[in-house]
Amino acid sequence: MGIDFIYPEYEVRRDPIRCINCNACVKQCSHGVHQTDEKSGGLMADDSKCVNCQRCVSFCPTRAIKIVKSDCAPLGNMNWRQRTVHEIYKQAGTGGVLLSSMGSPKDMPVYWDRLLLNASQVTNPPIDPLREPMETRVFLGQRPERVQRKPDGSLDTSLPPMVELSMPVMFSAMSYGSISYNAHEALARASEELGILYNTGEGGLHEDLYRYGANTIVQVASGRFGVHERYLNAGAAIEIKMGQGAKPGIGGHLPGTKIVGDVSRTRMIPEGSDAISPAPHHDIYSIEDLRQLVLSIKEVTEYKKPVIVKVAAVHNIAAIASGIARSGADIIAIDGFRGGTGAAPTRIRDNVGIPIELALAAVDQRLRDEGIRGRVTLVAGGSIRSAADVVKAVALGADACYIATAAMLSMGCHLCHTCQTGRCAWGIATQDPELVKRLDPDMAAKRLVNLMTAWRHEIKELMGGMGINSVEALKGNRLMLRGIGLTQKELDILGVKHAGE
Amino acid sequence: METINIEGLGYREINEKLRGTPGCRLAGCRGQRFIGAGMGHGALIIDGVPGNALGAYLNGGSITVMGNAQDAVGDTMNAGEIIVHGSIGDAAGYAMRGGRILVKGDAGYRAGIHMKAYEDKVPAMVIGGSAGSFLGEYQAGGIIIVLAISGGRPVGNFPCTGMHGGKMLIRGDCGDIVFPDQVTARPAEKGDLEAVSEHIRDFCETFGYSMDEILKSPFTIITPDSKNPYKQMYVMN
Repeated sequence: MGIDFIYPEYEVRRDPIRCINCNACVKQCSHGVHQTDEKSGGLMADDSKCVNCQRCVSFCPTRAIKIVKSDCAPLGNMNWRQRTVHEIYKQAGTGGVLLSSMGSPKDMPVYWDRLLLNASQVTNPPIDPLREPMETRVFLGQRPERVQRKPDGSLDTSLPPMVELSMPVMFSAMSYGSISYNAHEALARASEELGILYNTGEGGLHEDLYRYGANTIVQVASGRFGVHERYLNAGAAIEIKMGQGAKPGIGGHLPGTKIVGDVSRTRMIPEGSDAISPAPHHDIYSIEDLRQLVLSIKEVTEYKKPVIVKVAAVHNIAAIASGIARSGADIIAIDGFRGGTGAAPTRIRDNVGIPIELALAAVDQRLRDEGIRGRVTLVAGGSIRSAADVVKAVALGADACYIATAAMLSMGCHLCHTCQTGRCAWGIATQDPELVKRLDPDMAAKRLVNLMTAWRHEIKELMGGMGINSVEALKGNRLMLRGIGLTQKELDILGVKHAGE
Repeated sequence: METINIEGLGYREINEKLRGTPGCRLAGCRGQRFIGAGMGHGALIIDGVPGNALGAYLNGGSITVMGNAQDAVGDTMNAGEIIVHGSIGDAAGYAMRGGRILVKGDAGYRAGIHMKAYEDKVPAMVIGGSAGSFLGEYQAGGIIIVLAISGGRPVGNFPCTGMHGGKMLIRGDCGDIVFPDQVTARPAEKGDLEAVSEHIRDFCETFGYSMDEILKSPFTIITPDSKNPYKQMYVMN
């Protein structure tokens, strides 16, 4: 109360005629919004705690509840927006750095929505994916630069290590700790069934999930949590995390309160101790240093697994990627600034980095110009929302895409942007055993498989319409794209023509 | 013990040879990197100067270097022992979680950065000479001991920055060394030294020093005040 009071952003509306006082809302709410009033015995709601996760709405058997945006007159004006004013109140009251989660909600350009795909008409036939074979398989890893012969003249058919994906999509890094065990298990099982990969993030790999190793990317970040010889050899590929789209230039920080039980065991750090990932890898200050880490990982895994280097999309991304391609890395993963996170300082998340569409196009072009595009495969992430985004990313030059928020949504996430509290009512971004139980790994895995299966069909359909029958043939095929409502500069960077041209 | 001459061999060939042998002596080492990466058992003795990332991800066994070693010795090591009869470069023992590194001479910058500990794994690094700046940066566990046997300033600038676990013992009163606010440096008591005496004893036995002589000087022990140094920094938005 007083000067720091912020009128609740959401209001809980309960229809007294429909409500049967079953208390489902009380049981379901993990934020303590719904309570039974001791005097009247009726249900009450503390709107100030509501985060709009819609758990109570979804579980009310009589649809008696709805959450509405408060109509209390918004503060401020077009310059000093209500959110800005509220943030100032929060900081004035606490002196703290604002902490948010998930991808930036800011109204920044989404170039995917300004790109349109081509289709065949008259002069070349579209392909019907229901009738004709369509190849969605992709291989990630270095391509041999030239044909090599052995001393006896026969062809050298040995290849650098590759991973095979049934479709050009993978689940991107989310650590055990930022998300629950059940969420991790669902991602692992779905990846196995789909023939794709999921990514451990930098929280280590839970002992029970080693059996999904063939579908796992194990991550090495600056904190090196849970990293040891067996871990590195457990996965299908190893990812060195240099940066993340939601928080370029800063490290990770899982508070000690979340380092409990299995999370502590999996990260191999004591319970209650903060897990601090420094902003830089302190042994990497140059491409040469990066090369050293890449090669040390290759030595310990005997050159059997591709190494991914993940970076955030930042201003000089093309030059950076060119360096990474020369570091010995097999795959470059670029994470755009709309990418999600379990927790990031608000100011970093909303103001640092560049969109994945521009970064991807710039990197692909740069590597082509330098004649080294074949040395690496490119993975694009940072808010890939649909099969159409995947197809557009491939046409801009990606070999595959990383998705995370879409995967979360399919498991039940309602995008309430409060992962950082650890109170996820849907059992995803929490370590509370009672909440984790809410996420059934069988059901979550099934929904992930459904989502990817649907996307795979849509990818085939979109490609078929363009008369293209394999992802490989679409890769970097920017003639299949046209821009709409973009400036010449934007079109130049994206390397596409305007619609109508 | 078998001796392998590695002069002119690349690191890949060297490690392939090592995988087939339980222990050997490497002669003619000239800066090859990654020697013994991920090694899990056996004993390795190296004549010459191994290159960067010696014993990276070491998982057991021992590596003894009869001369100096370069940067990133024991990067992310999990178990085992590395003994260096000379000095080592920068970032030794980055994120090491277990095992031990004994160095007769000096260490470069950032030794023991982000050293950890976990359950029965308590890594230790003993530096006989002096250490460079940023010693024990982000230290989250384990033990770092600097003996400064040849005298002079035991560590460079900014030791213990971001330290939130483990402990550091520096021989001397450290009167001229500035430590960050979130750690406490105080004269080590008898019990503090007894707790780490096995490491000092093994160091002395390995390199031929008198433990009594070394323990005559006072030691300073540095421990973090909190394992949650950034707890109050955030406000939920």
